[in-house]
Amino acid sequence: MSLEFLVASAVAVLTAAGLYLALRARTFPVVLGLAMLSYAVNLFLFATGRLVVDLPPIYDKAATGYTDALPQALVLTAIVISFGMTAFVVVLALRSYLETGTDQVDGRRSPADMTAEDEQGRQA
Amino acid sequence: MNHLLIVPLLLPAVMAPVLLLWLRFHLRASRLAALLSCGVLLVAALMLGAEAATGEVQAYRLGNWPPPFGIVLVLDRLSALMLVLTALLALLVLWHVIATGLDRRGWHFHPLFQFQLLGLNGAFLTGDLFNLFVFFEVLLIASYGLMLHGQGPARLKAGVHYVIVNLVGSTLFLIALGLLYGATGTLNMADMAGRVAAAAPEQHRLIAAGAALLFAVFALKAAMLPLHLWLPVTYSSTSAAAAALFAILSKVGVYAILRTGTLIFPAEGIGLPWSPTAWMLPAALLTAIVGFVGMLASHRLREQAAYAVLGSTGTLLAAGSLFSPLPLAATLYYLPHSTLSTAALFLLADVIARRRRGWGDALAPGPAFPGMGAAGLLFLIAAIAAAGLPPLAGFVGKLLILDAVRLHPAWPWIWGIILATTLIGVLALARSGSVLFWNIREGAAVRRLEPLARVAAPAALMVTALTLLALLAGPATGYAQAAAEQMAQPTAYVEAVLGSRR
Repeated sequence: MSLEFLVASAVAVLTAAGLYLALRARTFPVVLGLAMLSYAVNLFLFATGRLVVDLPPIYDKAATGYTDALPQALVLTAIVISFGMTAFVVVLALRSYLETGTDQVDGRRSPADMTAEDEQGRQA
Repeated sequence: MNHLLIVPLLLPAVMAPVLLLWLRFHLRASRLAALLSCGVLLVAALMLGAEAATGEVQAYRLGNWPPPFGIVLVLDRLSALMLVLTALLALLVLWHVIATGLDRRGWHFHPLFQFQLLGLNGAFLTGDLFNLFVFFEVLLIASYGLMLHGQGPARLKAGVHYVIVNLVGSTLFLIALGLLYGATGTLNMADMAGRVAAAAPEQHRLIAAGAALLFAVFALKAAMLPLHLWLPVTYSSTSAAAAALFAILSKVGVYAILRTGTLIFPAEGIGLPWSPTAWMLPAALLTAIVGFVGMLASHRLREQAAYAVLGSTGTLLAAGSLFSPLPLAATLYYLPHSTLSTAALFLLADVIARRRRGWGDALAPGPAFPGMGAAGLLFLIAAIAAAGLPPLAGFVGKLLILDAVRLHPAWPWIWGIILATTLIGVLALARSGSVLFWNIREGAAVRRLEPLARVAAPAALMVTALTLLALLAGPATGYAQAAAEQMAQPTAYVEAVLGSRR
């Protein structure tokens, strides 16, 4: 299997898993999904500089070619931003869970979570 | 190099940590410092505007790296217009915040506000696509904080949606950047414009996919249909002052669409198999319909103002998405008006809600309150502006838009939808005005109240600015036309950034 195929399929699998999780109804899987999406994007950005093996990024006298250093810088920036944002979403999701009493993304309880008292309160 | 160009970035970037680290426990000092920062920003923006009005495009190379390797800031008429608008709006909104004491309801309001300004100014000035992404993130992160300021379950719930939607948007933005970088090998906008035009046919599909994703992200920020669902909930559940500042946030998306649409992906002549710009017109018209119909269906004044943002964005992009000089000029004249008029609606909703206490800004009959006549008059003027009736600038702007699209094949659609939505907007605002100010129910009047002049002054100034925009329509349209011509002929922009070596 070629390197391109491995990287491309890794990006694809991560994106698919991320999308699936991001569309879930509870905040925790959504946060995980967003994290996976950002991994997929980081890999993808990394690959936009073309995949090469064993080439120097900046300068080497004996070098026959160079790898593109810019996407690596972009990936670093993207990693920092997505790391900060993931931390923020986790705190926000926790806060929202504590204030609304449910971890559903729309802040409403699903029928499966309802206890008998809730059901009675609803009918009353 | 003209170092004035870096001031709109440097000032808030320095001010925010100062406010955060040293003035955290000194409310009075931090208010003064924040006001001072916004005032200086406005002066700097006006000076930059005067320089840009001469028609010269200026580039500022950070670290003096030769382009296209370093990051550049670029000032042309469009960026200068957005800078002035941002600074003016920020100053008035900050005044409202201080007058109503919103900054006392939680921590770190002022540092977040400065970071927000940093992100906005950066997005308007940068000439590099990845840098644009970074500034988008800066303004989004600050906006998450501002949006949640004051808290409460409803705000948190809307906040979770807002943050998640924008995180997915940022992911798409990065994918788009990756595709475009992979196909063209540059992220400098001026350089990319040349390389997209000269791209080999086998790269066209990649570029088109990147462009489509990029426009999807900008459409998400501008809240165009079908990516609009986050906006009404977010803007109506955050504090009114934050929502008023966010009126310019959705215009960042509009700005990015106009900038990349004219510079990198011009509608004709680059031979892409398909271009995202073709999809913009129907989406914009649908956005206008949804926005104004939403205004009619709203239960609260702030919700109505949020839908007004949507409607005005739709109207704006209906003309802007044609990307030719005449409609662009109309768009640029209507843009400051639509921003200020929707922001004024948000601020007035807050003023009215504070006087009606228990009734808040609900569109339901409540008790009479002191200062009702003056508040009603302000609401009337803001409503005339938001709906686009004469004699205010909204009317002039819509007239310019209608006049500019006459030669477009789809003109009956544009005319019909803009006129019909204006009528719906008038109906909606007339209904809320009559319910709020005429349909009085007996009830306990609010006892202790701050004087109306103190809390309503920023909103009144916004309305005054709108009136000035109508009175000075001649010079304003002249500037808008010049800016549109500059956008339609991007060679000056490219030469200012890359030098005339090509």
